[in-house]
Amino acid sequence: MNGKRSTFLISALVFGFAFLYVPILLVIIYSFNEGKLVTVWAGFSTKWYVSLFNNDGMIDAAWNSLRIGVMSATLALALGTPAGLVMSRFGRFKGRTMFSGMIAAPLVMPEVITGLSLLLLFVTLEQLVGWPAGRGLSTITIAHTTFCAAYVAVVVQSRLSGMDISVEEAAMDLGAKPAKIFFVITLPMILPALLAGWLLSFTLSLDDLVIASFVAGPGSTTLPMKVFSSVRLGVSPEINALATLIILTVSIMIVIASFLILRSERMRNRAANGSDA
Amino acid sequence: MSSDKLTLKQRFDRWMIKHGRVLVIGIPYFWLFLFFLVPFLIVLKISFSVAEYAQPPYTPLFEWIDEGITITLNFGNYLFLLSDSLYATAYLNSIRIAAISTIITLLIGYPMAYGIARARGSMRSVLLMLVILPFWTSFLIRVYAWIGILDREGLINAFLLWTGIISEPLIMRQTEFAVYVGIVYTYLPFMILPLYSTLEKMDVSLIEAALDLGCKPWQAFVKVTLPLSMPGILAGSLLVFIPAVGEFVIPELLGGPNTLMIGRTLWNEFFANRDWPIASAVAIAMLLFLVVPIMWFQHIQTKQEEREQ
Amino acid sequence: MPEAVLERAHEDVHKTQPWNNPDAVPYIRFENVTKKFGDFYAVDDVSLDIYRHELFALLGGSGCGKTTLLRMLAGFEEPTSGKIYIDGVDMAGVPAYERPTNMMFQSYALFPHMTVEQNVAFGLVQDGVSRSEIKELVAEMLGLVQMSKFAKRKPHQLSGGQRQRVALARSLIKRPKVLLLDEPLGALDKKLREQTQFELVNIQEKVGTTFVMVTHDQEEAMTMASRIAVMNEGVISQTGTPFELYEYPNSRYTANFLGQVNLLEGVLVDDDEKYAVIKSDEANCDIYIDHAVQGHEGMTFWAAIRPERLRLTKTEPEETKYNCVSGKIEEIGYLGGISTYHVRLESGKRIKVTEPNTGRHNEPTYTWEDRVWVSWEAGAASVLNK
Repeated sequence: MNGKRSTFLISALVFGFAFLYVPILLVIIYSFNEGKLVTVWAGFSTKWYVSLFNNDGMIDAAWNSLRIGVMSATLALALGTPAGLVMSRFGRFKGRTMFSGMIAAPLVMPEVITGLSLLLLFVTLEQLVGWPAGRGLSTITIAHTTFCAAYVAVVVQSRLSGMDISVEEAAMDLGAKPAKIFFVITLPMILPALLAGWLLSFTLSLDDLVIASFVAGPGSTTLPMKVFSSVRLGVSPEINALATLIILTVSIMIVIASFLILRSERMRNRAANGSDA
Repeated sequence: MSSDKLTLKQRFDRWMIKHGRVLVIGIPYFWLFLFFLVPFLIVLKISFSVAEYAQPPYTPLFEWIDEGITITLNFGNYLFLLSDSLYATAYLNSIRIAAISTIITLLIGYPMAYGIARARGSMRSVLLMLVILPFWTSFLIRVYAWIGILDREGLINAFLLWTGIISEPLIMRQTEFAVYVGIVYTYLPFMILPLYSTLEKMDVSLIEAALDLGCKPWQAFVKVTLPLSMPGILAGSLLVFIPAVGEFVIPELLGGPNTLMIGRTLWNEFFANRDWPIASAVAIAMLLFLVVPIMWFQHIQTKQEEREQ
Repeated sequence: MPEAVLERAHEDVHKTQPWNNPDAVPYIRFENVTKKFGDFYAVDDVSLDIYRHELFALLGGSGCGKTTLLRMLAGFEEPTSGKIYIDGVDMAGVPAYERPTNMMFQSYALFPHMTVEQNVAFGLVQDGVSRSEIKELVAEMLGLVQMSKFAKRKPHQLSGGQRQRVALARSLIKRPKVLLLDEPLGALDKKLREQTQFELVNIQEKVGTTFVMVTHDQEEAMTMASRIAVMNEGVISQTGTPFELYEYPNSRYTANFLGQVNLLEGVLVDDDEKYAVIKSDEANCDIYIDHAVQGHEGMTFWAAIRPERLRLTKTEPEETKYNCVSGKIEEIGYLGGISTYHVRLESGKRIKVTEPNTGRHNEPTYTWEDRVWVSWEAGAASVLNK
C-alpha cells in the first residue's frame, strides 16, 4: 500500500522482534561461554551443560516440576472440561453466577494471593482433619490444578461456543443419550481445545514460582524455585545452559505442532475443495 | 432374567439423565469452592488475628470459653496497614508501574500487531508463531535474560564502555527502569494477540471508505482504525495490567530494594517477617482495591458487549 | 422531412446517446489499462470511454477484473500500465483521498462506531466544511434517501436496505464527479433489490452524477444501466446498451451471460449477399439467416437464438426445410407468467423454449414426452464466430 507507512510497520516489526528475541539469543550464546562472566567471551565450551547434568539438586527439581506438571495438567483437564461444558451448554442453573465467578477469578487473581490463601487452607485443614499431612508435591499439585482448571474451562468454553450446537442436537435427534453425545460427538470435536488446554496447564504449572513457593514443603523444591534461588544472586552460566535446553525443547515442539496443524488444515482444505468440484 | 437386567440398566440411565447434570456441575463446583473460595474466607479470618510465635503463627479467632464461643476480632492489622505509609506507597507504586508499563507495551505492541495483521497469509502465521513462542518458554528465564543485559557488569554496559560512549557503568538493573523493561518484555505477547485479532477482523474497506471520503492515511487511522480497535486495546491492556500489578518476580529480580510493589510486600511479610496476619490483611486489601474493581470492570464490559450484539 | 427537424432529432440523440456522437468528449477514459497481480492479469489492456451523466455498468462473473477496474478508478489500485483520465485529468499518482470520485462499497463499509448522521457527514468534516453547512447538507441528503428518521441510529441498528441508503448518502454528499458502486444491491434480498434498482436510477437522474457500477447480476445491469461493458478474464468482450447486448451479442460469452440462449453449432454452406445458410449437424437442420455473414464457406459458426424467439407447435409446420427441428418435451418449468420447456431433439441436443401463459383458464398445452416441432424466423438468430 502506502510506501511510507509500510516502512514504518516493517521497522516496528523488526524492532519488536529484535526486542523479543535478542535477550533469548544472548542467553543461548553465553551458555556456550567458557568463562563465568557474561561480558567476556572466553571461548566455546559445553562444560556448563555437563555441570548442569551433574547438579543433583537441579535434576531433582526438574523431575518434581515435570511430575507436578503432568499430574496437575491432567487433573485440570478432568475438572476444567466439565466446567467449560457447564458454562456453554447448561443454560441457567442455581449458583451459575458464583460458578462463572469462580472460573473467571483465578485468571485475574494475583499469584501471591492465590498462593497465600491456599497455604492457609492447607494449614487449617491439617489442624482440623489432619489432611494434608505436611506440604509437598501433592499440595503443589492441588494448587496448580485449581488455577489451571480455570484456564482449561475458558479454553473449552470458547471452543464450544464457537461450535455449531446443531451437531449435538442431531445426535440427540438420532437417539443418543447426553453422556454418549458428549463422548462420541462433543469430545472429538473439542479435542484440539483439550490438547491446547492440557499444554497450557502443563506450561503454567512448569512456569509457576510464586504459588509453588507458598504451598511447597521440605523436599518438594520445583525447578522455578531452584532457578529463582540461584538467579537472585546474579547471572549463572548453568542457568544459561538450562534456559537454552528449555528454549530448544519448546521451539522444536512448537515447530512440530504448527507443522501438524498446517498439514491438517491443508488436508481439510483439499477435502473441502474436492467435495466442491 | 434378562428383562430384570434391562430394567436395571434402564433405571441407571434414567438416574443418569436426572442426576448426571448435577454431577457434571457438582464436581468442578465442589473443587473450586473448596480450593478457591474457602481459602479466601480463611485469609479473611486470619487477617483479624494476632501474630504469635507458634505453629501456626497466629492466634485462633474462636475460643471455647465457659461453654460459649468468643470471637475476638482484631482490627489491628488493618489499622497498621493504614498507619504505615509503606503499604499505601506500595499499592500506589504497583498501580503506577503497571499503568506505565501497560502504556509502553501498547505503544510497542500496536504497530507490531498492525504489521502482522497487514502481512500476507503465510508470513502472518510465521510472525504470529514468533509472538507466541516466547510465551511457552519459561517466564522466569525471560526475566533472567535481562539480568545479564542490564547488570552493572552486563552486556549493555560492556558495550558502551567498549565504544567509549561512557566511562562509568550505568546503573540500570535494580532500578524502576529495569522493572519497566521486564514487564514490557514478558507481557508484550499478551498485548499483541488481542490487538492482532481485532485488527485482523477489521474490514479493510472501512479504511478505504475513509480514504475515499478524503482522509489522509493518518487521519483514517485516527478516525477509523484506532476507535475500532478499542476492544483490542482494552483487552490487551487488561491482560498486561492485571498480572503486572501483582507482579513479584520482576521487581524482585530486576528492581532495586526501593522498588516497592504490593505483591513483593506481601511476599516479604510472609516469608521474611513471617507475619501471617499482616500478610493476610494485605491480601484482603489487594482483593478489595484491585481484584474486585477489575472483575467489576470486566463484568460491565461483557454486559456492554452482549448488549451491542 | 424538413432539414431542421432532422437536425434536432440528431442533436437529441447526441445528447442522450453521447457514445453515438463522434464529437462528444468522454468523461472517464481508460487507455490501454493493465493490472497485474504477480503473474496474473486481473485487467488486460482495457480501453473504455464513459460519458457524463451515464449510469455505466461493468458486468461479469467473479474474478473477471470488473472490481479491479473500479478500484483503479477510485485510486485503491494503481494500473501496472496504461492511463486513466477523469474529466481530462490524468489520475496517475493521485491518491484515493484526492480523487473526484466516491465509492459505495459492496459491504457498505459504514463506520460502526458512528451514527448515521456522523457517517454521512464524514466526508464533509474531512473537507473542513462549516458546521451549519454540514448540518444542512446532511439533512438534505438523508431526506433524499428517506433516512431522516434514523439519523441518530448506529449502523448495527439498521436493516440491510437502510444501510444501503446510508452508504449511498455518504458517498453522494461530497458531490463527486463520479460515483462508484461496487455491487450496490448485492447484499439485499430479491424483492428489495428490484425496488431499490429504480430508486437508485431516480436518484441518479436527480443528482446528475455519473455512476459507474460493478455487478454480476445481468438483470440489475440491464434494468439500471445506460450502457454495459461485459467483462471476461480481464478483457472487455462487448460494450453497448442493454438492447444492443441482448439482441446483437458479438460472442457466445456475451450471449450466454445476458439472458438465456440456445447455441447451435454449424458450418456455413451457402453464402450470398442477401442471405446465408448454416448447416448444423448438432441440431440436424439447416439454419437460414436473412443477411450476409462475414466468412467463407466451410467456416464454423454458432447460431444464437433466445428461448422466447422459438415457436413451439404440436403439429408439423408447413415449411420444414429451414429453421425447424423436432423433438420430445423432457422438462417443464412453470414460472407463472411464462413456462419453459426443455426439448430433446432427435439429434440428442437439448434446447430451451419459453412460451407466455396468456390465459388463466387455458389447459396446459404440452406435457412430458409430447412430440413437438420447434421453429423460428429467419431474423431470430444471431450469428457468432467466437
